[in-house]
Amino acid sequence: MDQFLQHLVNAMVLGGAYALLGIGLTLIFGIMNVVNFTHGALYTFGAYAMYIAAVSLGLNFFVALPVAIVAGLALGALIELVLLRPMRGADIDTTMLVMIGAGIILQSGTLWTFGGVAKSVPAPFPDAPLELGPVSISWLRLFVLLAAATLIACAYAMINGTRLGRAMRATFQDADTAALMGVNVKLIYTATFALGSSLAAAAGALLGPVYVIFPQMGDLAAVKAFAIVILGGLGSISGATIGGFILALAEEFGAGYISSGYRDAMGFLIILAVLLAKPTGLFARAERVG
Amino acid sequence: MTRWLPPLVLVVLALLPLGLKDPYLLNALIAGGIFTIGAISLNLLLGYTGQLSLGHIAFFGIGAYASALTALGFDVGLPGGLRIVHEGAHPFFGFLAAIVLSGACGYVVGRLSFRVRGAYFVIVTICFAEVVRLVALNWVELTQGPLALTSIPFMKLGLPGVGELTLRTKVQNYYLMLGVATLAYLAVARLVHSRFGRAMRGLKENEQLAMSVGVDATKTLTIAAAVSAAIAGAAGSLYAHYFRIIDPDVFLFAYTVTMVIMVVSGGKGTLAGPVIGGLIFGTLPVVLRPHMAPEAQWIVYGAVLILILFLMPRGIAPFLDDLFRRWTVRAKAPAAAAKPQLEGQP
Repeated sequence: MDQFLQHLVNAMVLGGAYALLGIGLTLIFGIMNVVNFTHGALYTFGAYAMYIAAVSLGLNFFVALPVAIVAGLALGALIELVLLRPMRGADIDTTMLVMIGAGIILQSGTLWTFGGVAKSVPAPFPDAPLELGPVSISWLRLFVLLAAATLIACAYAMINGTRLGRAMRATFQDADTAALMGVNVKLIYTATFALGSSLAAAAGALLGPVYVIFPQMGDLAAVKAFAIVILGGLGSISGATIGGFILALAEEFGAGYISSGYRDAMGFLIILAVLLAKPTGLFARAERVG
Repeated sequence: MTRWLPPLVLVVLALLPLGLKDPYLLNALIAGGIFTIGAISLNLLLGYTGQLSLGHIAFFGIGAYASALTALGFDVGLPGGLRIVHEGAHPFFGFLAAIVLSGACGYVVGRLSFRVRGAYFVIVTICFAEVVRLVALNWVELTQGPLALTSIPFMKLGLPGVGELTLRTKVQNYYLMLGVATLAYLAVARLVHSRFGRAMRGLKENEQLAMSVGVDATKTLTIAAAVSAAIAGAAGSLYAHYFRIIDPDVFLFAYTVTMVIMVVSGGKGTLAGPVIGGLIFGTLPVVLRPHMAPEAQWIVYGAVLILILFLMPRGIAPFLDDLFRRWTVRAKAPAAAAKPQLEGQP
């Protein structure tokens, strides 16, 4: 039972970061119909931005985190303006390949600049973990969980409570009608991609200090983000949130009780099972295929 | 023009080793050629049925492992006290095993996953590849895990009674690759020009309409997936017996991306597309190597991909085709202007 609770706590921490990754990706797919293969690279970018801010520039950890998130926001906006805006109207496969190209450039750029050796970001938390009865959690992980929850809440509030969010939801439902109602759809696309990118960067900046950072860290993260988005149903933000936690639970308990070697396979097996049983994802309102 | 071009390209490629003595260049051509075979197989699915398999490297890797293990032999215990012991066999049986096993996996994946389409199919294939990679990494008794399968024998070709040839040199392996690539090209060409190929394209254009005239969608797509996977498995077998070492990294996502890039930049849904893409992206690393670091090469690789897509969104082959057609039309323009065009009208 103690072990069970410990796994549950670990899964919550991981799930928070996964949900951030998934929400960013599902926003971009749902609103822009772009399969974003730079998502993994932006996750990596967030981790390295954290490294630059906290280690190279010597900023305070709590200042470095927002700096990394804003850097991800800016990079996302840049990618949208330079690569996606001229591609508007191209079919989904073509934009996906442009994103693959951009992802390759970003990842190789990181490798070129920083080398392949893994780096770590020191965090200003006490080494001794917080003991809560039978469960122990490191202060850093607790911070990651709280920060992820805050960011998810902010994203929800922004999408459901602001004018920009309303315009985003309108564009999601029907871009043409939204444009007729005076929504600046081009601006919405840029804002969406920037927001999704900043969430990916936030996930990287939060998990980077927990593990180590290296240029290829985004590969598996990207595949998992796709898995989460499919699990939750394409375009569904709450689906992506729950999907992130389900994936984390499956990985944590699969690794704990079945085999740690197959840790990363657990999530995929669950996703295969979900897709074969309910191909539209668990929480999708309507089928979005093609 | 399009009739004599493929044989001409084949002749040029067949003569290439005669003038080419640099072993590094030859090695790059063989490796690029093996992935071009993978691209040809991917094109059958992506180009002609419109289904993107982003786990295509799984079939390639399964072929590589099947071929290597058939040739090397293995001894594994299964749950329930069963043991399977296999003595090493002739590498050619490995090649056949690769085709059969990869094809069977393609059939099963197709059977299970063609209940979903589009983005969902993409994710099912990614998941499949990732699971297979993890199995290769963790089933150490069979695959040696990260320690890799080493000393895989060279491919041997022979006829009973005539004699046997062990393909040791790069030139021999180059011709083997070229032979298999030609067979794969011809197989795909035959398939897409058959009744079955028309069914596939019909499904891509309009699934409901195709089904209304009696095309069995799931069956057609599943067969396409099986054939595509079998060809990818053959490429994997060549890879295993040429490089003679394989580890779970053959399942890396980057290799699938390489094949997708070859298909889409060359022109998906055209027979020439994967070959053109394969020639460009197979030789690009060789051209760039003396000038820059590997990471910078990859940056150029990505930039070239984006540039091709910006300038020629349908790929190079359709672009050249259009260019050629416009050129011939202009050459014939005076004649065409003289008589009114009524062709195609009732």
